[in-house]
Amino acid sequence: MEATSGRRVVIEPVTRVEGHGKVTILLDAEGHVERARFHVVEFRGFERFIQGRPYWEVPVAVQRLCGICPVSHHLAAAKAMDRIVGGEKLTPTAEKMRRLMHYGQTFQSHALHFFHLASPDLLFGFGSDVNARHVLGVAAKHPDLARQGILMRRYGQEIIRVTAGKKVHGTGAIPGGVNKNLTLAERDPLLAELPQMREWAQATVKLAREYTLAHVDSLGGFGSFPSNHMSLVRADGALDLYDGGLRAVDAQGRAIFDHVDPQRYLEFIAEEVKPWSYMKFPFVRSLGPEHGWYRVGPLARVNACTFIDTPLAEAERRVFMEVAGGRPSPLTMAYHWARMIELLHAIEKIDALLHDPDLQGTDLVVRGERRGEAVAIVEAPRGTLFHHYKVDENDQVTMANLIVSTTSNNEPMNRAVASVAKTFLDGQEITEGLLNHVEVAIRAYDPCLSCATHALGQMPLDVELRDAEGRLVARRVKDSRG
Amino acid sequence: MARVLVYGYGNPGRLDDGLGPALVDELAARGVGDDVALETGYQLQVEDAALVAPFDLVIFADAHATCAPPFELRELAPRHGADFTTHSLAPEAVLALARDLYGSRARGFTLGIRGCHFDDYGERLSPLARRHLDAAADFLRQALRDGTGDLRCPSPGR
Repeated sequence: MEATSGRRVVIEPVTRVEGHGKVTILLDAEGHVERARFHVVEFRGFERFIQGRPYWEVPVAVQRLCGICPVSHHLAAAKAMDRIVGGEKLTPTAEKMRRLMHYGQTFQSHALHFFHLASPDLLFGFGSDVNARHVLGVAAKHPDLARQGILMRRYGQEIIRVTAGKKVHGTGAIPGGVNKNLTLAERDPLLAELPQMREWAQATVKLAREYTLAHVDSLGGFGSFPSNHMSLVRADGALDLYDGGLRAVDAQGRAIFDHVDPQRYLEFIAEEVKPWSYMKFPFVRSLGPEHGWYRVGPLARVNACTFIDTPLAEAERRVFMEVAGGRPSPLTMAYHWARMIELLHAIEKIDALLHDPDLQGTDLVVRGERRGEAVAIVEAPRGTLFHHYKVDENDQVTMANLIVSTTSNNEPMNRAVASVAKTFLDGQEITEGLLNHVEVAIRAYDPCLSCATHALGQMPLDVELRDAEGRLVARRVKDSRG
Repeated sequence: MARVLVYGYGNPGRLDDGLGPALVDELAARGVGDDVALETGYQLQVEDAALVAPFDLVIFADAHATCAPPFELRELAPRHGADFTTHSLAPEAVLALARDLYGSRARGFTLGIRGCHFDDYGERLSPLARRHLDAAADFLRQALRDGTGDLRCPSPGR
């Protein structure tokens, strides 16, 4: 990157289709950070993609929206269509198969994020040599850790394959239930690997915990701020990634609302439009847009729940909450620790489910009174995911509205970017290492940058420096090939 | 006999982005030798390092936004840079991980098939992309026929 006296820095992953993000940092005449923003250029065509389809196609079709968490869309759509066919009270086999699929997805997604994306920053430092700060650098210095990450990801993918029928774009969840159970031949290899997965999950939580505790003072100044938090919780307040009511708590941990029926989400959540972003900004209606923004995802879930119903993860949650004095943790970087607590929770849940004979049951589908409208919510790996549909008398979808977790985290990510930019970039010559600090703050949220395709010939990251008149004076291109 | 993997990846729900998986479907329909394995994926990920490691030759087939039509074959050097998201891995990085973690010595190529339409949802290929796909399938079947794994890049802009 060339030295420059320009005033506008843009970090922009370039794709040839909509669905990408960029960071714009505006400097004033003295070189101080005036404003910083994170933009996600969303491609909103998916509602049109879904409209007009028969409702039973939707749980499969929505998986085309996202390459990284298709199972979350699959399950959210299936849950909504359960209500459309009056089958929301699933059979034990159907609900447990779906939960196993969901925990498998959570396990592989969290492992992937930690080992592939977060660990280079955590192990080598945010501003360390870019030539080593990647998963190959981890493989070179910590090969066992890199192999663990791959094998944990594969384990979760295998759970998805045997519950959804396919590794990618499965068909396991259907309106009112599932189309397969788990055979013993499918179960036994998973059981054989389970002790190793649990051991690695415990070691990974320890790694994330020790990192956070060792840096807790500096992380307090790294894109951190008090906020509201929202997630699903079970009726007794337990963490529940698959089903439950909505709970929002404020920065002190006090309830803003609790156990809200997902069908009523529009009474409690609204979305603000800002002229500079394609992405909406959701907020709690009763607090308004200025004070009602909230975080979702692992940090919000661990902060909002009353307890975790698996012993190893609950023990970790208690330590986590003690660090913040019993109140919700404000640390953006604590997303990593919370994510690993959920990783441990997921493998504990998988353990229990694999030992449950209901998974070999044959009662797979229920039906009831037909409805024309339904809302479903799941806790996707990145946060709360809303699916809302209307279906006409010809069984065709007439309306679809999705709120994805990255949308809910829009305002917090913007605040994190602004905070880090002002703390670390202000008055400095802009280097790759300093810009990576901004990316580290964004990556803590693990945003899904919509549904971009991944063809050859694209450049995922493009940093531009422009002067006050908008002229390009410097450019830095960074892609996954180096 | 060289062990060959053709790995087509992309999103079949985003029009021509599905060219990679479509190529694998096409090869499966036409038939390939016993030494050629076929695999599809949505995008490349870390576990693909373990998948490709046992092979002598790996061909990563994907849609290409800018190459000269109908397709471009390019040999890869294993390497990796810093990523911005978890959402995909470059084929060079998959090869590098396979080398560093599993001792793989696989040669790798990208077969980029020129696509035309990406900016919408839809499970269909454009007519021109379909012709590019046919040309790529013709080439690959011929190139892999002798079983040596000695894949040669065709002349540019064929």
